[in-house]
Amino acid sequence: MNTYFHSVTLDTDKCKGCTNCIKRCPVEAIRVRDGKAVIVEERCIDCGECIRECPNHAKIAVTDSLAKLSEYKYNIALPAPSFFGQFKEQVNIEDVLYAFRGIGFDEVFEVALAAEIVGHSVHEFLTEYKGKRPIFSSACPAVLRLMQIKYPDLLDQVAPFLTPMEVAARIAKEQASRKTGIPYEEIGAFFISPCPAKVTEMRNPMTTKHSAVNGVIGVNLIYKDIIRHLGDRTTNGGPDKLQRATKFGMAWGYVTGESRNIAAATTLAVGGIHNVISLLEEIERGELKDVDFVEVQACTGGCVGGPLNIQNLFVGRIRLRDLIKRFGTREAYFTEADLQEIYRQNRFAATEPVEPRAIMTLDEDVSRALMKMERLDQITDELPGLDCGACGSPSCRALAEDIIRGIAFETDCVIKLREKVKILAEEILDLARIVPPSMSDNSKKGDVGRED
Amino acid sequence: MVDSLTYTPQITLEFKIGEKDFFVAGECASRVKKTLQQLGLKQDVIKRIAIIIYEAAMNVAIHATSGMVTVHVEPDAITIRTDDVGAGIEDIDLAMKEGYSTATYEIREMGFGAGMGLSNIKQCSDDLKIESKVGVGTTLNAKVYFQDQARQADG
Repeated sequence: MNTYFHSVTLDTDKCKGCTNCIKRCPVEAIRVRDGKAVIVEERCIDCGECIRECPNHAKIAVTDSLAKLSEYKYNIALPAPSFFGQFKEQVNIEDVLYAFRGIGFDEVFEVALAAEIVGHSVHEFLTEYKGKRPIFSSACPAVLRLMQIKYPDLLDQVAPFLTPMEVAARIAKEQASRKTGIPYEEIGAFFISPCPAKVTEMRNPMTTKHSAVNGVIGVNLIYKDIIRHLGDRTTNGGPDKLQRATKFGMAWGYVTGESRNIAAATTLAVGGIHNVISLLEEIERGELKDVDFVEVQACTGGCVGGPLNIQNLFVGRIRLRDLIKRFGTREAYFTEADLQEIYRQNRFAATEPVEPRAIMTLDEDVSRALMKMERLDQITDELPGLDCGACGSPSCRALAEDIIRGIAFETDCVIKLREKVKILAEEILDLARIVPPSMSDNSKKGDVGRED
Repeated sequence: MVDSLTYTPQITLEFKIGEKDFFVAGECASRVKKTLQQLGLKQDVIKRIAIIIYEAAMNVAIHATSGMVTVHVEPDAITIRTDDVGAGIEDIDLAMKEGYSTATYEIREMGFGAGMGLSNIKQCSDDLKIESKVGVGTTLNAKVYFQDQARQADG
């Protein structure tokens, strides 16, 4: 896939060519070349770890802007559950929802409401499922992309349902089309995202052929506008209540929220890409078969920890919890019968399997790959094993791989280079000590001469 | 210089397994899996190999006092060998039967030793040899070919 799109990119002017990001990237997708970080496109899973890590703020996520609203007749905002944790204590949910109308949206649909549908479907699915356990959440696209390249074996255990974002876009557009008479295609659905991976997910969706989402706007871009319109409800807001999600959907904003929707099962919730990796390693080894469902989130703390959010994750989480306490216990918008019907009709089931992407392969031909592997082991043994990153590759093993792939040299290693220089210097010294045969008998004379 | 006509690339991975070292068995399997992924082997072949390694290493951990797992990869096949020092197997044919187990109650309590190990290994291997001496130890040799039409034909 040459046209594979990425949200995470580099602001070249800001990049100082340090090696912080390469060391932190969970899939070793970054190298430093000619003093700048370079993202290996096909490896990047858009987890945003480098955005958090970069001391110069040179890693950015490309998301859509509000200008894109002009492309559609009718626009719907789809705020992520975690979005509501970004405001001060006194703000209530209605204020935030009305503010979306203030900044140009015709309507707002909480993704939390769609999350309740997905949660219910997964719950029902698990009561009937007899296959390999645990089942993984399909909500976090960065984790799914990680599994595609590093844990392909586990992909058939991904819950076969669309993400809440996708479900929200579909329901919101259908409802709006029915209400207004505007054709479905002329309605724009915009996800308000804490997360760069959702941008990639919209453009190259994994569980469906075409995403119903028309744009993904980063929380960081829209936050100030929303703040400015927080008072809109009192000045020009109507009497209708916009909030429809309950605590069950709202809690998807932080880790454990999703698994609490799946009541009758043994669940496990993990946040943070490096924690996810160690858990997946364990499951790949055949452990945790007694767990029914695993909620896996790339960000520490779940979506409240998303790199595009404004608040610190702990602040965001406590604010969201507080909002849930104050506004989360309302009557459910979808009745149990509605949810059951949706599940029976398979309405939001994934239509595409999540396919493995074998990009770690050394060569298409096994024999040649094996040859490269031999060489790779040899080179790795010869490298110092410091994993210092000065060569621009994240570890000695990664440098060895880069050498094999023809994009680096052994002398990129400063220690190796130093050794070579030392050998060279010794050779020079040896050469310098060689006295020409014409002078070798007169060494004493020479000494005397020098004392003079 | 290497003679290009007779030279076959190959790699060997070795893992030491101690008594009741259940954790390392899983680790061997996942380490080898990573390597085979890099070599670009088919997913179903990797799966079969991983099962053999896991079960064979587990057998060493459960039944022996110490042992070694040696994985040898060549361009067309992989050989998995375990050598252990331990109780040995009295009746190999019986041990191959599904559900037959000599694992202690304690080990079964932990969820291991269900008597599926050797039969699983047999199912996944293209070639399997087991030699054992009671009270001395066991050597297991399993081979999986990367391309095998015969196997695919009988499903």
